Amino acid sequence: MSAHSKSSPLPMYFAVFFALLVGTGLTVFAATLDLGRFNAAVALSIATVKATLVALFFMHVWHASEKLTRLVVISALFFLLLLLGLTMTDYATRLWS
Amino acid sequence: MPDSTAVLHQEEDRPELLHHFADAEQQRDASSLGMWVFLATEVMFFGGLFCAYLVYRRWYFGDFAAASKSINMALGATNTAVLICSSLTVVLAVWAAQTARRTLLLVSLAITMLLGVTFLGIKGIEYRDKFVEHHVPGASFSFEHESIPGHPGQYANPRHAQIFFSLYFVMTGLHALHMIIGLGIFLWLLIMAWKGRFTPEYNTPIEIGGLYWHFVDIIWIYLFPLLYLIDRHP
Repeated sequence: MSAHSKSSPLPMYFAVFFALLVGTGLTVFAATLDLGRFNAAVALSIATVKATLVALFFMHVWHASEKLTRLVVISALFFLLLLLGLTMTDYATRLWS
Repeated sequence: MPDSTAVLHQEEDRPELLHHFADAEQQRDASSLGMWVFLATEVMFFGGLFCAYLVYRRWYFGDFAAASKSINMALGATNTAVLICSSLTVVLAVWAAQTARRTLLLVSLAITMLLGVTFLGIKGIEYRDKFVEHHVPGASFSFEHESIPGHPGQYANPRHAQIFFSLYFVMTGLHALHMIIGLGIFLWLLIMAWKGRFTPEYNTPIEIGGLYWHFVDIIWIYLFPLLYLIDRHP
């Protein structure tokens, strides 16, 4: 992990930190705009970018030496998407008929 | 039995290396993987709540938007920033342990805890407001004549708003419980760091505790826009 990398990870940590703060400001700003149906999409996209930054760089998934770790992360996301996706395809389409 | 004595000597030199691991790296990878498996179960645990939230938000969007607007957005945004700062101090703590910087390690762990307590304090102010406004689900719940954003003259259904506040309290409450557990973990890390247990060779507990803390941060990153920012535009 980062102990084995030659260069200091500090600039990367601070860059991610500022990106997360900017993302928070952006979310609050975007929420005050009337984007219609896209308000939720914008908010969730920003949240997903922020969460990905935290996982990749703060939780070291990017530099994880263990491939098994990535497998666990991806399978957790897969089953979460299965849960949300299949549930919403039911509830979101009930009024179609 | 020359081999087993060699192993025994090695164990005496490295008390933190448990005998069933071949070397320190294997032990660290196993701990890290175990934590990730636990976090995967946490994803499913919170995922069920997020799923319930999504279903009801679709059904009662206007009521959810009205209820969401009654929560203090500034406090939520401040708490988001507080957690992001604490995630930075956690990676600094991990880095300090890996590079044998004792003072930075202790200070980072202490600031992380301080930020965690700040988060819970702000959360407490928020909960207090909800109790004062009778927005806590139960017998004294009241959400009368709250207009739906974007639909002047239409009022939110209090029963549907109560579902929003139930989800709000369960999701933020479970998140706060995770924060309290995290504070316990970091207090233990701080004591161990004070005793000088962590070295550049052995700092797995800080890395593992950090993974937990970052995960709790990620949950909040989703809770903040979903609960506080449903329909805020004027």
